[in-house]
Order: sequence, then C-alpha cells, then structure tokens
Amino acid sequence: MPSGLSCLLLPSQSHEEKPQHPRAIDIVNRGLAKRYGSEQRFKIYGLVAVFVSLSFLALLFFTIFSNGYSAFFQTFIELEIFFDPDFIDTNDRANSNFPGLVKKSLSSEFPDVKGRREKKELYSLISSGAAFQLQKLVMQQPELIGSTKTIWVPADDDVDMLFKGYLTRDVPESDRRINDRQLAWLDKWTQEGKITKRFNTVFFTSGDSREPELAGILGALTGSILTLTLTLLLSFPIGVAAAVYLEEFAPRNRWVDLIEVNINNLAAVPSIVFGLLGLAVFINFFHMPRSAPLVGGLVLTLMTLPVIIIASRASLQSVPPSIREAALGIGASKMQMALHHVLPLALPGMLTGTIIGIARALGETAPLLMIGMVAFIVDIPRGFTDPATALPVQIFLWADSPERGFVERTSAAIIVLLALLIFINSLAVVLRNRFERRW
Amino acid sequence: MSTSLLIIILLGLIAVSYQLGKNRALSLAKTSKSIKTLHSRPVYYGVLTALWCGLPALFIFVAWQICEPLIVTKVLVAQLPTEIQMLPENRLDLVLNDIKNLVSGNVVSGEIKPEIEEAANHYRNLQATGNGALTVVLLSFALIGAFIARQRISPALRARNHVEKLFTYFLIGCASFAIFTTIGIVLSVLFEAIRFFRVIPINEFLFGLDWSPQMSIRSDQVGSSGAFGAIPVFAGTAMISGIAMLVAVPLGLMSAIYLSEYAHKNFRSLAKPLLEILAGIPTVVYGFFAALTVAPFIRELGVTFGFDVSSESALAAGLVMGIMIIPFVSSLSDDVINAVPQAMRDGALALGATKSETIKQVVIPAALPGIVGGVLLAVSRAIGETMIVVMAAGLAANLTANPLQAVTTVTVQIVTLLVGDQEFDSPKTLAAFALGLILFIVTLTIS
Repeated sequence: MPSGLSCLLLPSQSHEEKPQHPRAIDIVNRGLAKRYGSEQRFKIYGLVAVFVSLSFLALLFFTIFSNGYSAFFQTFIELEIFFDPDFIDTNDRANSNFPGLVKKSLSSEFPDVKGRREKKELYSLISSGAAFQLQKLVMQQPELIGSTKTIWVPADDDVDMLFKGYLTRDVPESDRRINDRQLAWLDKWTQEGKITKRFNTVFFTSGDSREPELAGILGALTGSILTLTLTLLLSFPIGVAAAVYLEEFAPRNRWVDLIEVNINNLAAVPSIVFGLLGLAVFINFFHMPRSAPLVGGLVLTLMTLPVIIIASRASLQSVPPSIREAALGIGASKMQMALHHVLPLALPGMLTGTIIGIARALGETAPLLMIGMVAFIVDIPRGFTDPATALPVQIFLWADSPERGFVERTSAAIIVLLALLIFINSLAVVLRNRFERRW
Repeated sequence: MSTSLLIIILLGLIAVSYQLGKNRALSLAKTSKSIKTLHSRPVYYGVLTALWCGLPALFIFVAWQICEPLIVTKVLVAQLPTEIQMLPENRLDLVLNDIKNLVSGNVVSGEIKPEIEEAANHYRNLQATGNGALTVVLLSFALIGAFIARQRISPALRARNHVEKLFTYFLIGCASFAIFTTIGIVLSVLFEAIRFFRVIPINEFLFGLDWSPQMSIRSDQVGSSGAFGAIPVFAGTAMISGIAMLVAVPLGLMSAIYLSEYAHKNFRSLAKPLLEILAGIPTVVYGFFAALTVAPFIRELGVTFGFDVSSESALAAGLVMGIMIIPFVSSLSDDVINAVPQAMRDGALALGATKSETIKQVVIPAALPGIVGGVLLAVSRAIGETMIVVMAAGLAANLTANPLQAVTTVTVQIVTLLVGDQEFDSPKTLAAFALGLILFIVTLTIS
C-alpha cells in the first residue's frame, strides 16, 4: 500500500490541535501528482505493449505479403517456334529434341549471336520448362509438326526477378546475375512487346522443382490434404469416444486419474518428440514406408488427440445435468442418455475443437521432418503410401534454397498456408456462432 | 482378391446381417403378438448381429496384416537355395528386398539371377495363396458369426446390454490411447537413449563441454573423435528461451493487464483475437520471418553500432520466438486476472489507491500463482520449439554468453542428426534420442 494511504486513516481534525504537524490530506495531495503520473505511465506501458505486439503481427504480415504477392505473376516471353520435323522423332514423339527447338528459335531470332558462350547466355534466358511446354503441345496436337506457331514460354527465374524489380541494373556487371549482353536482348524483346507478366498457373498446378519458375505447391498441398484427412478420420472418433468415456462413464479410480494426467501432459509435450515417436515406432518397428502421408497422419493424430479430447470434455461439461436427468428419468440407459441426448448437444463444441486441432496440425512441421517427409518430391502423391511432403515442410525446404526466386515463392506458399488457416479457423468461428447454445 | 474389395464385401455383409437381426427380432415380436415382449428395441438386435459378423472378421484381418509379411518371408527363405540361406542376415535381407522389388516391378539392383526369378514367382504365388486363404477365412467367420447371432435372437435376449457393454469397451480403449501414446514415447525414446548411454557414458553426455557429434565409420578417419558433451546445447537452449521470455513476459503481461483492466470493451474485443492470431501462425512462418527479416536487420544494426553480429545470432531467434509466445503469456494471464474477485479491487480503490496501485499491489499478487503457471507453460513451449531455431539459429555448438553469436539448441540438434540418411545404430543418431529424452523429461517436469 502506498505510504500516503496509511495517513488517510488518521483523524483529519488533528491539524487544529497540532498545527506543526502536516495534515494528512496535504501528504496525500503532495504525493498525488507523482502517483497520477505513475498511473498514467503504467497505463501507457500497457497500451504500448499491446501495440508493440500487434505491430509485430503487422510487420510479419507485411513482410510476407510484400515478398510474396509477386510470385502469383510470372514473366513470359513470346517465341516463334517452327516445329521442325527434323527435330521430332515420329516414332517416339515424347522424347524428341524439344530443347533443340527452343534453341533454334532463339538463334533465328538473334542470328548475329555466334560464340559458344554467347549462345549459352542467350539460351539461359528461357526456362527449361519451355521444352516441356512444347512437348505437351506436340503430344496433344501432332498436326503442329512442320508448322510455325508463336507461343508464350516462361522466362528463366533470373529474368523473372529482373522484371519484378528484385535485381537492379545499376550494379556493376560482375555483381549481376544477368550481364549487359543479356540485358540488351531482353530490352529488344521488351520493345517488341514480346515480354509480359501473366498469372502464374504453374505455381498452383505443379509439384516441386529445382527451378523456381517451374516450382509449384500442388504436390505439397496434396500431401497436406492426404495427411490431414487421415488425421481427421482417426482423431475425431477416437477423441470424442475418449471424452465421452471420461466425462460420462469413467469411475473415479486410479486408472482414470492416470489417463487424465496423461492427456494433460501430452498436450504439453513438444511436437518434435512426437516425431521421434513416429520415427522409432512406426518406421523402425512397424516398417511403414518413409515420407508417406500414412505415417504423417498417424503422428499428427497422436499430436492432436489431446487437444480434441480436452475441447470435447469442456463441451460435454457445458451440457446441463438436467438433460441427463431427464433422459434417465424417462427410462433411457446410461449409454442411450450419452449417445442420444448429451452427445448431439455437445457436438458443435467438439467439432470446433477438432477444427482448431486440425488447423494446428496443418501448420506443424517438426514431427514431419523427423519421419522423412522432407524429401525433394516432384510427383504429386496419389495415395497414402506415396512419398509426399506437406505445405509447411515445402516452405521450410524452399526457405533453405539459395535462389532469389525461391524467396518470393516461399512467401507465396506462406500466403496460401495462412489463407487456408484463416479459412479453417473462420469455419470454426462460424460453427461456434451458429450452433453454440447458452444454457 | 484385392484388400479394398474384400473390405467392401465385408461391409456389405455387416449391413445385411444388421437387417437380418432386426427383421428376425420383428418377426419374433409378431409371433408373440406384441412388440413389448422383446427385451430391447429391434435396432439393438440388428446391431448385435452386425457386431458378431464384423468383429471376428476385423480381428482376423488385423492379425493377418501384422503376421503376413513374417510368415510369407519365413516360407520364402525356407524355399531358397541353401547357399543363399547360409548368407549372413543383412545380405539375406538384400536378397529378399530384390525379390520383393522384382514382384512389385521396381528397379532391381544388379542382374536377375534365375534362382531369384524363381523365388519371386514363388513369392507371388505365396501372396496369392495367402490372400485367397484370408478371403475364405474372413468371409466364413463373418457368415458364421452372423448366423450364430441370428440363431440366438429370442425375445429374452438382452441385446441392448450386450451392445452397450461392447461399446463401453470401445470407449475405454479410446480413452486409454493417451496412455499408450505416452508409453510409446517413453519406451521408444528411452530404449534408444539407453543404447546411446552404453556407448557414451551418461556423465560425459550430461556434463561434457564439447559437442561435435561426428562418428566415423573407420577408426582412422579424419575427425573421428566424436564428442557428445551436451552442456553447450543446453546452454544454447537456455539462452534462446531466456531471450524469448525477456521479450514475451513483459509484453504479454502488460498487454493482459491493459486489456483486462483499462481497455474499452470494443478495443478489447478487437485486440484480443488479433493477439491470439500470433499463436495460430505456423512456426515455420516465424522461422522464415526470423531468417529473412529479423536476423539481417539485427546484423545491420550491430554493424552500425560496431558489434560483430553473427548472421544466425541467438538474439534474432530468441526475439522471434518471444513474439510467438506473447499470446500464451497474455491470454493465460488475462484469464487469471479476470478471475480475481472484483471485491478485492473495490476494496483497494475505496482505500484511495489509484488503479495502477490496485493492480500492482492487489490484483497481481492475487493472480501470481496463475501467472507463474502461464509463464512456465510458455517456457516449456520455448524449449520445445523447433522450426524457428532450425531456420534462424546456428548449428555450431558454442558455449558462450554472448547473445550476438550463433548458438544451437536441443531441438536443432535432433533435427540435424535425424534428417537425411542415417543408420540406426550409430551413436550420432542415438544421441538425438538421448536429447529427445532430456527434452521430454524437462517439459514434463515444468508442466
């Protein structure tokens, strides 16, 4: 208690008898300015704390978005391709010399490029994905062979970075990823209107790649969806059943106490320990396939179970006892009471808890690293036992890549991940607002 | 017959037997004129029949899935030529792998020998026989189960009690899952850790000052001296967590106080969910943020002030981790502060204390146990946090008190030791499990 306060308790008329003594109210008043000052300061500290925390959030979002939005667009270059029958193997069209076609088209565009090195520089402006694009085109429309067609092909990631403004022209040539000669060619294309930026469909329709301009998130997204489907299918029924047992049936004995303590402890165990469990038990002991969504789903199930059980129990507890008594009163058995009356009323709350648990599992990376879902996988996984990565692991992998192009792609993948999380969480909020009942 | 087709047939049988049981109960009721003569509602008779049909089949199916590879492999090995059978175990495994790859059409190492080819054919036959046997056994058990259950149906059969009893067992099983998980964690981590401590004495691990987990395959290799003293790793963890708590506790606590005591209702309802978003952002995003934005920023700042800052400084990782932890501290403290009875505040205010004096001298002391609990929870979160430190903190185990240098943490070491190819018996891999054990014990003690 402040020192001034204790004086308040003295009788206030004391000043008339002993005028030399200071009046209590004076002591209080004297300290008042200081105390109000510290009151103000304290309040401001609090406000500052809130704003500092929120500004971190804003900074985080700003960094990610400012880095990532450009990845949704991609630089394309217009090329005139002559589908030369000499280059295309009629028997085995898929394995024809498509890179040769691209190179030939480039050489005919710039006939004065002669030296080996110069040619290599010229070819490097176009992404190696251009050859695949031609391959797809020829496979779909064999009648193209022998004709000429102008098509837009993706530019190399360095060119892409240049046009997005991440590489500047005013540094010395030796420090630049694109030299003066290449710049001149690109400028010529720009003048002719042969360079444009388009929506980056590759990013959403392809798997991982070593080339930033060809890398996409579809593979990782599919892996995440497979993993989470398994997690949801396993953890929701088990979690709800466990919660129903613990809330409605469990006798008060040691075993049940042990279970409860265990669930609360598991919720606090670091996720990486679950990864160790998955590695030792599922992969080493049961010999399940590495890098598979199957193992990932199992590990994440074990991780989300405590969350779901705790949320489901809270939801069951909020159902008033009168419902139970009424059900028992008209002759329902205990099981009928729990399953027919209490569970339906508690279900929205349980679903909300489950969705939040799943959202957390979606962002989880560390346990998946442990079980080997961190490999470089180009193919889109098609089943629970195919090798796969997950979206957050893909982010981790790209964040480690040195190419400048991957920085924006990492940010873009994060934007997708955050958008998914916001969607899932708002689903939980909607569900809660729609079905929540106050008793 | 493929497994999925088998499961579909089994599900169909279960549905049919449900109908059978229900109809049987109804017809029994009809013969005795009143449905009241039945002990349970007809549905329960149906469910009981379906369970009798499905459960034995399910058990057989699971048992077969576990035993099948073992049995088939054993039979296969017995059929192999004796010179292959005589091979040491790991070479034999290689041969078996080849056979399996041949069957599944994968790439096989080396050229295909005739005896391997033959064994592959044999393996294929064995698998086909096994699957056939499984189908027959499974379906006949399902049919017999359903038949017996249907025969036993009578008005006096206490079907509901049977069904409910089975369901209770299912519920107990689900509830015990948490125990099995814990046992699984403890056993898996403990066993590997014990194997590690057989190679490296536990004293050396816990109190050694040098951490360089390199184990050579040959003893005369360069850098063969592996050192497994974990003190630098523990110190790094403590430092990064400490920095995180220095950021998170003041900010989180002050935010909680402001939001619960001062803030207008509208501001509170806006700011609180926003703060909690911080806890919902995946940690890999924080890691990227730390590595891309915060670490270079701190480095530049250090350069302007003339400090030598490592690009993977403990400060950057700790700072970002602190941001992540703010909502843990704030929302838990918020709950506790709100739980302090209003009468205590009113009493202090009536004595003439200002609001901040009330908070500092009445509310906080009353809420202290809860706040400490929240902070401890945040500490255990910080110790176990992985992705931020993997992406933003270093790998080298420096024993230093300088937050501007790179340090490493327990979780970083686990990740680096276990990601990638590894053999399962080198101390290097086992060290990760030993670290995991320590991590598990520490977080368990804190919570």
